[in-house]
Amino acid sequence: MAQVKDYAEIVGGSVIDELFAIGEKAGTLKIQHVNSTAVGGGVAEILTRLVPMMNELGVRTTWDVIKGGEKFYAVTKKMHNALHGVPETFVENDWAHFLEVNRENARSMSFENDVVFIHDPQPIGLVEERSHLDNKWVWRCHIDFSEPRENVWLFLKDFIERFDGAIFSAPAFSRPLSTRQFLISPSIDPLSDKNRDLDENYVRSIFEKFNIDLTRPVITQISRFDYLKDPVGVIKAYKLVKRYVDCQLVLAGGGATDDPEGERVLSDVQHAAAGDKDIFVLLLPPSSDLEINALQRGSTVVLQKSLREGFGLTVAEALWKRKPVIASAVGGIPLQIKHKYSGVLTHSIEGTAYWIKQIINEPAFARELGKNGREHIRQNFLITRHLRDYLLLALSLYHDKDIVYL
Amino acid sequence: MDTTPFEFKSRLILTELLGRRAATLPELTEGIRTVPLSSIYHHTHRFLQQHHFLSPEPPNDFAYWVTNMLNEELAGEMLASIDIMQFVRLSDLRKRFLELLEEYLKSAKQSVNARCPDGEEFHFMSSRIFVVPTGKIAHNVAEFKEMLKTVSIHAIYFHMFEAKLRLEKGDNDFSIWLRSAGKEREAEQISRLDPYTFTLEGLRDRLLKMVPNS
Repeated sequence: MAQVKDYAEIVGGSVIDELFAIGEKAGTLKIQHVNSTAVGGGVAEILTRLVPMMNELGVRTTWDVIKGGEKFYAVTKKMHNALHGVPETFVENDWAHFLEVNRENARSMSFENDVVFIHDPQPIGLVEERSHLDNKWVWRCHIDFSEPRENVWLFLKDFIERFDGAIFSAPAFSRPLSTRQFLISPSIDPLSDKNRDLDENYVRSIFEKFNIDLTRPVITQISRFDYLKDPVGVIKAYKLVKRYVDCQLVLAGGGATDDPEGERVLSDVQHAAAGDKDIFVLLLPPSSDLEINALQRGSTVVLQKSLREGFGLTVAEALWKRKPVIASAVGGIPLQIKHKYSGVLTHSIEGTAYWIKQIINEPAFARELGKNGREHIRQNFLITRHLRDYLLLALSLYHDKDIVYL
Repeated sequence: MDTTPFEFKSRLILTELLGRRAATLPELTEGIRTVPLSSIYHHTHRFLQQHHFLSPEPPNDFAYWVTNMLNEELAGEMLASIDIMQFVRLSDLRKRFLELLEEYLKSAKQSVNARCPDGEEFHFMSSRIFVVPTGKIAHNVAEFKEMLKTVSIHAIYFHMFEAKLRLEKGDNDFSIWLRSAGKEREAEQISRLDPYTFTLEGLRDRLLKMVPNS
């Protein structure tokens, strides 16, 4: 596993020196993270990297995972949907069970640390423990919080306001709260299999494996098969382009085979793609990180035509690979792309098609977007920035002033 | 000449969300009136911090939003034209934004109450600054120039922008120190430089041309 100093050649030695300097200042603090799963999902993925890195910087950091049964996760799944604006009905027993599981977990855990990070709604009830402890608690929200349903919002708000701070991934997720709120965007790991540099021969071999022709332009969208990612809209945009440009389309993503909606979306996509041998619908198994990396690297244009998006880290992944990216102006995507500087933001199928043609026909413009995009990600969306923000946040909880001299 | 050594410092920021949003020009005006001054600083310098490698002359967030989300091009242009260099106090900068907006609201037609598209609201933020030593201390002008070549752009940002307006020192740190080292002419040249019209690397190059070798 990569160490903090290994990132110096990517972000520069001064950034790494700064991290160690902050680590030294924060070294007096003990930090604890709590979430609901040790493997799978974005939160576990980022903690797997951040926790050892924080320790390497001299900040003693631990990670605990709460336990819950099927009923608990059925309730938290409903909460998750309701936070995304889906109407869900909750009965009194749902809330009671949620709290009881949190209290059971609290009885077997210790929170004797200086800063406790609680990730997402599942363990939020643990904050009840804070009342008899003299430490700082922060709630880290990783999900789209822009339009939560009223019932789940009112339930959670009561807990959120007991924390010393709440962290959101995009400004649109912020709302009036009596506690302080921070903006910490997610990040990508440039040394992971999904993002690290690849040998050109390997990239070529992956395209050959799927019979994609690297001598013609390749338009790619990487995302799970979900209506909110608008894969059928992507096919429509491709068809508008195809009238003028002999290109290919790759739609690749993890399968949600246990999700009936996912199967329906995949079937719609296959139907829309039927009869066109230049459309490649690739249902990739989990742990296809290297293949996804190669597909992004070999593409001419990368799309992320989502209708809704929590943050949209696939955009950062493609920009990091110097790819010109065309993406919808939703969720955290406008934070990653400044229109016509570091990518292109669109609002419609026709607009997407228009810009695909521009980018394919103007390689110099495409290169400029890719170059600026990579630099923007280097400065703002790599794991080293994420690590720095967490440490600064921990320190800020123990400093009242706007300007802190470390 | 015997001068106090110059300690290069860098700064890191943590962004705070104020939980306040605006969807119309009057709401934006009200927000600008009431948010903390650190928020005014944030929204007039954020572009510079996030996109410092892309292009000089970044617009401030207020101007960008009014132009692109409300399509109020005249108001947007007025806000973009505010010359931040002229201000040494954030309270005066806030006042200038308010004067322009209030004047525009009074003279404009019914469109001032137009709402931005859903999801494109203006979100007020502010930033908390952490000043960190870089370990680089110059004892004379020659050392200063040598270190200026390699310090991070965040250090240049801190001494050129933050020192003057956020810390309200009235001038940038480099000029203040060069003056104390007897380099009055060069200090004055740097004071008169409009750093908002450079990328940070471009600014470093210009500074290196202005700082004497010894």
